[in-house]
Amino acid sequence: MNRYPLWKYALIGVILLVGLVYTVPNFFGEVPAVQVSPVRAVLKVDDTLRARVEDILRKANIEPQGIFYDQTGVKARLGDTETQIRAKDALQAALGEDYVVALNLLSNNPEWLAAIGARPMYLGLDLRGGVHFLLQVDMRAALTKKMEAHSNDVRGTLRDKRIQYSGVARDGQSLVVRFRDRAMRDKAVPELEKLLPDLELRTQDDTNEFRVSGTLKQEAVRRTQDYALQQNITTLRNRVNELGVAEPIIQQQGSDRVVVQLPGVQDTAKAKDILGRTATLEVRLLDEEKMDQGSLQAAIAGQVPFGTELFYERNGQPVLVKRQVVLTGDRISDAQPGFDGTTGEPAVHISLDGTGARIFQQVTRDNVGKRMAILLFEKGKGEVVTAPVIRQEIGGGRVQISGRMTTREASDVSLLLRAGALAAPMEIIEERTVGPSLGAENITRGFHSMWFGFGAIAFFMIVYYRTFGVISVVALATNLLLLIALLSMLQATLTLPGIAAIALTLGMAIDANVLINERVREELRNGNSPQAAITTGYDRAWSTILDSNITTLIAGVALFAFGSGPIRGFAVVHCLGILTSMFSAVMVSRALVNLLYGSRKRLANVSIGQVWKPAAQAK
Amino acid sequence: MEFFRIQRDIPFMRHALIFNVISLLTFLIAVGALGVRGLHLGVDFTGGTVMELKYPQSPNLGQIRDTVARIGFADASVQNFGTSTDVLVRLPVKQGLTSAQLSETVMGELKKLDPAVALQRVEFVGPQVGRELLENGALALLFVSLGIVLYLWLRFEWKFGVAAILANLHDVVIILGFFALFQWEFSLPVLAAVLAVLGYSVNESVVVFDRVREVFRNRRYRAMSVPQVLDHAITATMSRTVITHGSTQLMVLSMMVLGGETLFYFSLALTIGICFGIYSSVLVACPLVMWLGVSSRDLEQPEKKARPEAVV
Repeated sequence: MNRYPLWKYALIGVILLVGLVYTVPNFFGEVPAVQVSPVRAVLKVDDTLRARVEDILRKANIEPQGIFYDQTGVKARLGDTETQIRAKDALQAALGEDYVVALNLLSNNPEWLAAIGARPMYLGLDLRGGVHFLLQVDMRAALTKKMEAHSNDVRGTLRDKRIQYSGVARDGQSLVVRFRDRAMRDKAVPELEKLLPDLELRTQDDTNEFRVSGTLKQEAVRRTQDYALQQNITTLRNRVNELGVAEPIIQQQGSDRVVVQLPGVQDTAKAKDILGRTATLEVRLLDEEKMDQGSLQAAIAGQVPFGTELFYERNGQPVLVKRQVVLTGDRISDAQPGFDGTTGEPAVHISLDGTGARIFQQVTRDNVGKRMAILLFEKGKGEVVTAPVIRQEIGGGRVQISGRMTTREASDVSLLLRAGALAAPMEIIEERTVGPSLGAENITRGFHSMWFGFGAIAFFMIVYYRTFGVISVVALATNLLLLIALLSMLQATLTLPGIAAIALTLGMAIDANVLINERVREELRNGNSPQAAITTGYDRAWSTILDSNITTLIAGVALFAFGSGPIRGFAVVHCLGILTSMFSAVMVSRALVNLLYGSRKRLANVSIGQVWKPAAQAK
Repeated sequence: MEFFRIQRDIPFMRHALIFNVISLLTFLIAVGALGVRGLHLGVDFTGGTVMELKYPQSPNLGQIRDTVARIGFADASVQNFGTSTDVLVRLPVKQGLTSAQLSETVMGELKKLDPAVALQRVEFVGPQVGRELLENGALALLFVSLGIVLYLWLRFEWKFGVAAILANLHDVVIILGFFALFQWEFSLPVLAAVLAVLGYSVNESVVVFDRVREVFRNRRYRAMSVPQVLDHAITATMSRTVITHGSTQLMVLSMMVLGGETLFYFSLALTIGICFGIYSSVLVACPLVMWLGVSSRDLEQPEKKARPEAVV
């Protein structure tokens, strides 16, 4: 009478098997590895790079245990940490600065498991050591910058259209254009509307002054903020690449925050320095008179002509650049890839602010036919992003660089130009650093407490409930297995609060089995036959289990919704644990009970410990 | 083995008033402690910097204090942490000082004092983040409470929902009271523990209420009065209550002993929560339900309600 249909056993079997497959990768441990990833997005990670890495390692007499690549880079497993360091040095020397070579730990997980998506859980920073930063982007500054750029556009356009105005000013987050007479103002409004679709324009008249004021539309504000955030993330990613961190996490959090996690990084001073550094962009003129073959050779040899500096273009061509700086990067308000209006060639469109535009106009007027260079300084080292020829005088602050460029290069150059500076300043508002030894200690502590607690519960349950106790413990172990499998499937990050949540969930999940066992005992006490006691015991306990788990789940979900960081991890594990416990405590334990007792017709008693009957009823 | 050999239902409800007075007193003490001493909020909520340092030998704490004070943190706290070689330095938020360089400056000075010092952990939380975490914590508490009342209302009846949440919120206040009284540090994990306890001890009330509902609906117990029904339900679920909480406590105890400092206060909050949770969800929630005037009619099955009884 207590029998499950075959499909239920099969279902449980399949679920357990899947659980096992996804849990197993967590037990393979990790091996030292090196990871090679390109610094620039232009360089692709592909089979050629893999072959190159393999070749370099072979030449250095290093035999990698495995070598493969994914989106992030080429990874090579190595025998021990000593080889790992040798391999890193060899690769860095051979590959040069275009690639970052980072030390990494890779799971020893067999490839067939990885192929079906069974990977180990990712260890959080509090377990593996590393740095966590939360950065806040100053959105007011981003908006101010945007309005600053708009006021230049307004000046340029009004001048072009020969509309007389008495002033353009930025007042907080709004832009005010003043006119002396109404006619000019009325002429300007349609032009401004055309020029600045992002702005909400309002007219305002005084006795002798006519004004148009504009504020950013809500949607434009959002777009500007999104853009600023994305650009800051891109810049951060470029900088983090330099740190040689194997698996950095750079993510948006909320509308104006960025999370940066650098596992394994111990030198926080350096990390903060690099994250907070402002790369600078400079526009200078090339000194073409001194750029004959002889001087260039001399310069490369170390004798740079007076008043110039030697830089290299991105194709490796050396150039001599005047020391005098024409413009700095903070005069550049935007750079976008696009196409030349007349020739259709790929081009980069640069917008300059007011001062920048004025200087630029003057310099280009005086230097038509000459070349200028846009330099990017990072780590105190300059690189020529591009060195175009000035074809004509450029006014209005809108610069176009085109010619001898592919679309790819155009977008790359504009990215570099934008990455030169952050779109808006950022501030570190949270920092958590955990040393590697503390991380390892946290893992042992977390797991020890979990195993001891589990052992104590198992011991008690078996002594108190006998066979039903064993079944309960098996169900609890299944719960643990499924929980770990689920967390691995979701590729959740395991943190110390997460381990605590696993332990706590196990401690709470035993409740379901206690409820069932007590209920079965009670039915036996009331004089029911063992088979009937099992059936009613499970049935009656079920509604209670459901109710009590749902209230716990409500707490878990609220914790997830309002929690942050470590609390969130705790909540995820807690909620998942409740779900798996309902399956394991009820279905799995019932299946075992059914297998053991269900098929016996005349079952005299079950092993559930002593069933004590009150004397009054037992008479 | 059977721990619970109970001849007949224990008359808990006869002492309902005493239980509630005890509980009210504890509650008032907790509120008093919270009012007078306040919570010792951790760096997560107040903002500031915490640095955990490890020395090869026991360092002179006075010297460390002086060094930190010289940099401008006279109000910093420097204390041992776990062992005598581990030192915890807490620095409050300071206006106008960039947080990022702070820990490096301190570390630099301390390295001069003893080059062997190692930085184990740094936590810096900006004041705005701290405020947000605190607000979110309060919101989470509010939503957990509302969610549970709503669920119990739907599943049972409003009286049960109100009684359960009153009983369990008073647990939360008592846990907070303990933390205020002993000035234990209230951190994010402790908050998680408090919220987990809230869900967990409501569990307890649910199990008892479930039994109450079952007894009310069972014809065999028709003759029982409301207090008798509650007594019966509590007695019948008592062994489960003790065994379940005992098991959970085993796990929590193991975390408390083996889990290290981070998990210590977390499991401490859970321990208090579990102990008071049993008490309040059984001995406080049930009398409350009784005083709210629950009757078997409140829990009758819908199909019974549909029967036209009034037609005579």
